[in-house]
Amino acid sequence: MPVVVTVVEVMDETPTVKTLRFDRKFTILPGQFCMVWVPGIDEVPMGFSSPDMITVQRVGEATQALISLSIGSKIGIRGPLGNGFSPQGRVLAIAGGVGVAPLYPLAVNGSVDTFILGARTEAELIFADSLMDLTDLKIATDDGTAGHHGFVTGVLDEQIDLLSYDTICVCGPEMMMKGILNRLSDAGIADRGQFSLHRYMKCGVGVCGSCAMDPDGLCVCRDGPVFTGDQIINSEFGSYARDASGQRKRV
Amino acid sequence: MITLQKELVHVGGVTLDNHLILAAGVLGTTGASLFRMLRQGAGGVVTKSIGPNPKEGHAGPCLVPLERGLLNAMGLPNPSKNFLQELEPLAGKPVVVSIFGGKPDEFRTVASWFEGVAAGYELNLSCPHAEGYGAAIGSDPAMVRACTEEVAAFGMPTWVKLTPNVTDIGTIGRAAEEGGATALVAINTVRAMRIAIDLRRPVLGNRFGGLSGAMIFPIALRCVYDLYEACSIPIIGCGGVSSAADVIEMMMAGASAVQIGSAVYDDSSVFGSIADVLYSTDGVSASGIVGCAHE
Repeated sequence: MPVVVTVVEVMDETPTVKTLRFDRKFTILPGQFCMVWVPGIDEVPMGFSSPDMITVQRVGEATQALISLSIGSKIGIRGPLGNGFSPQGRVLAIAGGVGVAPLYPLAVNGSVDTFILGARTEAELIFADSLMDLTDLKIATDDGTAGHHGFVTGVLDEQIDLLSYDTICVCGPEMMMKGILNRLSDAGIADRGQFSLHRYMKCGVGVCGSCAMDPDGLCVCRDGPVFTGDQIINSEFGSYARDASGQRKRV
Repeated sequence: MITLQKELVHVGGVTLDNHLILAAGVLGTTGASLFRMLRQGAGGVVTKSIGPNPKEGHAGPCLVPLERGLLNAMGLPNPSKNFLQELEPLAGKPVVVSIFGGKPDEFRTVASWFEGVAAGYELNLSCPHAEGYGAAIGSDPAMVRACTEEVAAFGMPTWVKLTPNVTDIGTIGRAAEEGGATALVAINTVRAMRIAIDLRRPVLGNRFGGLSGAMIFPIALRCVYDLYEACSIPIIGCGGVSSAADVIEMMMAGASAVQIGSAVYDDSSVFGSIADVLYSTDGVSASGIVGCAHE
């Protein structure tokens, strides 16, 4: 059964992203997620941004309802679910937009050496201040309002010696992640990449199959959400996903 | 414990690699996940139920794990005719397509898409939580017979999956048999619900749902036992099967094969795990024990 928690703090991150803190800490591994039940609306998967926090971007009805919640609101949490990151050695983390959420606890626990944080514009950079204290932070914005003018892959190409990292943890828009996977693959180190994937989910526990990926049938909810680059390099990742009815759509 | 000979299994016109079949609705949305279950040792697989139009299903929560069981109300999400592309990599494999509809001609329409593609059909006359579908028609013997007749007319193996949420499952089983079913599958989920007390509301988005998993095994077993008395076509036991001993028990009640679904929650390679215990070189033939508890 879902654990019912009370929202005790709501933090504005960007105009469309808020962080909700609840009155209960879960025992999580960085990269694990939960199914968040917004009563009367829906239940959606969401990465933990800390043991008692989720960071939510408005993308649909359930997330709109979530970021509209006020202190004292009750929501249901099933989790933690999935595998999480398993960093070893020197760690590079790369996040785009709200993809920073599941990587943030990795930085907080001291696992990340270098962090590349990307967003469309300076106002949409999330957790930048604390990441600055926790890691060697490099910033990229699409419009050049902060840091590198361009994508996180530009920082990767110009400022990073990929081979000097043992683990590269990544979360963000799928095409951003695909661009990074391609670079790791070209360098012969796809297996050092750990990518946190997003797929439509219903059950979250490896039963319904709605998040199964081609061609191996790996379930993002249970076998993931974190996959190594070699697990997904010859998969649907970067080309298509399925919607709630199971129909394919381009990513 | 009794063990079985590993043998090709013929049930209701479908040839399976062993007695263990993936149940409908579990990891059956994509061809890749069905294939994965076959690789892991399933003798055959049943797809997610496919209907006349694409459906997104109910709002969540859609599934809640409980002690020894799962409560779900998915709401029959499916890609409808587009599911054909999922089956392309599975040509020639023991894949049974589960189909649903609101009336007999919808069953016929959906079945026609998979004629010559599937190893057989399984009619979902038993989903307990989709208004106008499943158990809504599966508790009416005349409707069961009419829907079965439409699909059986294709001349392909036609399994009919029954709901336990009826007074006399034997009556429904006989209606399916009279309609031309080649096998009966018993059972689908048992009507159920839970309430989140801190929120004072049902936990499922659909309020009500169906219960599966180990906690319903005795209910399923009783239904198989009753059907074995009432009908003369093969029965496939489904409902809470999670161990080799459960398989043997189902067979003694009258099942020629079993379906396994919710047990993947505790063990994602459950087919291999059960097969390792169930089969041995000095095992008996299943035909020697099917229905033996009726003697």
